[in-house]
Amino acid sequence: MATQIVQHAVKKPERKVTVGKSPTRLAFERFFRNPLAVAGVIVLSLIILVTIFAPFLTKFSPSTADIMNTDSPPTALHPLGTDASGFDNLARVLYGGRVDLTVAFAAAFMSMFLGTLYGGISGFFGGWVDNIMMRFVDIMLNFPFLILVLALESIFSVQGVWILVFVVGVTAWPGPARLMRGMFLQLREQDYVIGARTIGCSSWRIIFRHMLPNTLSFLIVLVSFSVASYVGLEAALSFLGLGVPLSVPSWGGMLNASTGYIQLTTEPYAWGPPMAMIVLTILSVNFIGDGLRDAFDPQSKA
Amino acid sequence: MSVAERQMDANHTPQSDILLELTGVKKYFPITGGVLRRTIGAVKAVDDISFTLRKGETLGLVGESGCGKSTTGRVIMKILDPTAGTIRFDGRDITKLSGRALREMRQDFQMVFQDPYSSLNPRMSVGALVAEPLIVNKKGTREQIRDEVERLLQVVGLSPEARLRFPHEFSGGQRQRIAIARALALKPKLIVADEAVSALDVSIQAQILNLLADLRKEFGLSYVFISHNLAVVKHVSDRVGVMYLGRMVELADKAKLYSQPLHPYTQALLSAAPEPKRNVTRDRIVLAGDVPSPANPPSGCAFHTRCPKVMDVCKSQRPELTAYGDGQLVACHLYA
Repeated sequence: MATQIVQHAVKKPERKVTVGKSPTRLAFERFFRNPLAVAGVIVLSLIILVTIFAPFLTKFSPSTADIMNTDSPPTALHPLGTDASGFDNLARVLYGGRVDLTVAFAAAFMSMFLGTLYGGISGFFGGWVDNIMMRFVDIMLNFPFLILVLALESIFSVQGVWILVFVVGVTAWPGPARLMRGMFLQLREQDYVIGARTIGCSSWRIIFRHMLPNTLSFLIVLVSFSVASYVGLEAALSFLGLGVPLSVPSWGGMLNASTGYIQLTTEPYAWGPPMAMIVLTILSVNFIGDGLRDAFDPQSKA
Repeated sequence: MSVAERQMDANHTPQSDILLELTGVKKYFPITGGVLRRTIGAVKAVDDISFTLRKGETLGLVGESGCGKSTTGRVIMKILDPTAGTIRFDGRDITKLSGRALREMRQDFQMVFQDPYSSLNPRMSVGALVAEPLIVNKKGTREQIRDEVERLLQVVGLSPEARLRFPHEFSGGQRQRIAIARALALKPKLIVADEAVSALDVSIQAQILNLLADLRKEFGLSYVFISHNLAVVKHVSDRVGVMYLGRMVELADKAKLYSQPLHPYTQALLSAAPEPKRNVTRDRIVLAGDVPSPANPPSGCAFHTRCPKVMDVCKSQRPELTAYGDGQLVACHLYA
């Protein structure tokens, strides 16, 4: 006993250094305590994994038709049947996610990037620069989106994933641009931004070190919500026949293929799964977005 | 005050002793209107102000909200460009300075803001915040900067380990200490403290004021101390300037200003401040009406609409800031 006490006394007290948690880290800790948001992350990860590992889940290719076996009901060979051209429905659901998710994420990041760049410049400089730039945004916001898709597709005479991404990206940026401009205008008057100037920071440093990091939480939330809306948009465009070509599998395209009265009533196995995938993706991304918003801004209990 | 010091009023101070000199500084904010956003008027936030600040001196600026004291601070800091007038710092005209030259010059004057909750970037650690002025101005290697940050944190009364934490983990007073450490990092000659303690609890205010006083002694700092709190200004200042509607109405040594205020506005302001001694009762001078709009200031003396001693000349002629008695500067026709 005695030796123990002596040992204890001799043992050097460890120098306790507490490292603080950054606001971003605190936000992610809050995020992972939100059950709905975590469920969203799990479901979305599953969907992404399924589309990535599609070749291991089905032996059929989504673009080679079994022309001797069209409109097949579910069988052991084709668990979700085949469509009118003889494509395996399961393979198309699994591979179709690639197009939908690529378009949604790529378009979201592209429009966010353009929007942040444009809105950031407009808000940072303010004055007449801001005035002119925002009038252009007003014009772009009123641009007929569908007509532009049609026009671009006929100009390039191609349909495809990247045309879709490009079109969504170049038409969707004005919304984020306007929001980011507001953020920058607000941040510009913050004491810590003015303070950064007084200690001699360059404009670049102020933008990248002081302003952008403080819009990051807002940006992440914006991206997550726009991903959800672009999944729906891809589905809607494909449904209208303005999306990717028929040979490329996509969820919206599958829905388009089952619009006939006969298919709707007799082949729920053909349109049910892609519809469920679209709904699940949008829901999970929305839950993630909600969770991020609450985590980054605990005061807003919207 | 010694005889020698008494003779050294603002007009007779040798040039080398003057750190900051403002001459006829104006700051007008344009008011735009109509579809074409044409300028239809101006808010005269600062309207023709001149004063000097000696090395090692603390000048207090007091006045009501909207009197232009903060704008004056921001013009000195070159956050705002003056509409007219010149600012000389350490013998150099900095009015037109911009770009690299301004950034070099800026190391010598730093600012402490009112609200320590908005003056520190919430996404940067305390270490990064205090190191930033050193990094931006390339003062030393990584190791040197880290040691310097730890030293600065100790100077302002925080533990060196604080550098690993984030602003949101600190109280208002501690944050203001961080902001002061950041301002001190470049070893400035002048610190503009814009309401530096008004956002803090009274007990913390005293701590920060004492810290500022200690730092002044240790580093030979000069302060422009902006506040609406007369007691705080009295505590820290050597000289005090009283502002009203963008103009300096009285500028004098602290002792004189508080014992025998000359300008009727200063008298009213002092009579409104709480008196700590219980048995002393004073005549309260209550001013009628509100402060007129700085977009449309009254003619002549800006104070004539509310002045209890108003005369005819006040309505037409603007009084100049002139010395009365032994160096007390006052802008009032009563003393002309």
